[in-house]
Amino acid sequence: MKRETIEMLLSGAAGVLFGVGLVVGGMTQAEKVLGFLDIFGAWDASLVFVMAGAIGVHAIAYWWIRGRTAPLFAASFVIPQRRDIDAKLLAGAALFGVGWGLSGFCPGPAIVSLGSGSIAVGIFVVSMLLGGVATMKLEAFLNARHSGAARE
Amino acid sequence: MHNLTPFSALIGGVLIGLASSLLLIASGRIAGVSGIFGYLLVGKPGDRAWRAAFLLGLLATGLLFTWFQPSAIGASPRSLGALALAGLLVGIGTRLGNGCTSGHGVCGISRGSPRSLLATITFVGTGMLTVALVRLLGGAA
Repeated sequence: MKRETIEMLLSGAAGVLFGVGLVVGGMTQAEKVLGFLDIFGAWDASLVFVMAGAIGVHAIAYWWIRGRTAPLFAASFVIPQRRDIDAKLLAGAALFGVGWGLSGFCPGPAIVSLGSGSIAVGIFVVSMLLGGVATMKLEAFLNARHSGAARE
Repeated sequence: MHNLTPFSALIGGVLIGLASSLLLIASGRIAGVSGIFGYLLVGKPGDRAWRAAFLLGLLATGLLFTWFQPSAIGASPRSLGALALAGLLVGIGTRLGNGCTSGHGVCGISRGSPRSLLATITFVGTGMLTVALVRLLGGAA
């Protein structure tokens, strides 16, 4: 089997496992997620346990790969390297949080929830798609213009 | 705190951690759903297969649960208009900030990224503020 095929199959398996984790953890219950964000109400701290379980396990993976130059079925690791804090990061995170608090959905659970055939979820995901693509296109355009201007 | 489900939450988290670790060790990739989704649509052709596979995995899980345990997926109590706006904000915010709960919250924090820690604190913060505001303005949480 080609390496690319194995990579694709394992990515699919990771997606399924991730989805199961989201469901078991309660992340596909929008009301439950809103309950975590409802600190002035009946606060449901469950999401803290989800994060703790996820980070506890995943941190080990980062430790395990630290000596390696490449993953098992791809040419290289593609891990963000930036350490700086900028306005874009904070503004983006802030906006994302508002959207999350307005709906109880973040990207992963929303895509899993598409499987329910809900129109409401479909509307959320399409909007997310539009907002995301528009932002990426705008960023690319602005970056291109910036490097074009810098060359002059 | 009568809705607390610490054990299933922890187990769910462990599964998420395992899935993210599988993606990292096998493909060398970050299990940040907003990025995987974003670059599937706007990215390079050779870089799409693993993204599509991962997202299809998520979708397939949703389909399976819908068939066998539909209560696993809970609807949002918010209006369609709110969901449309929310989706837009999530789409814009996650691309502007380069991550979401999985990308920053799980993967970024797991590797000790200060960017991700701060991003996570920020989006949890504004998320909580938003719910509080909706509550204040008369909507149920």
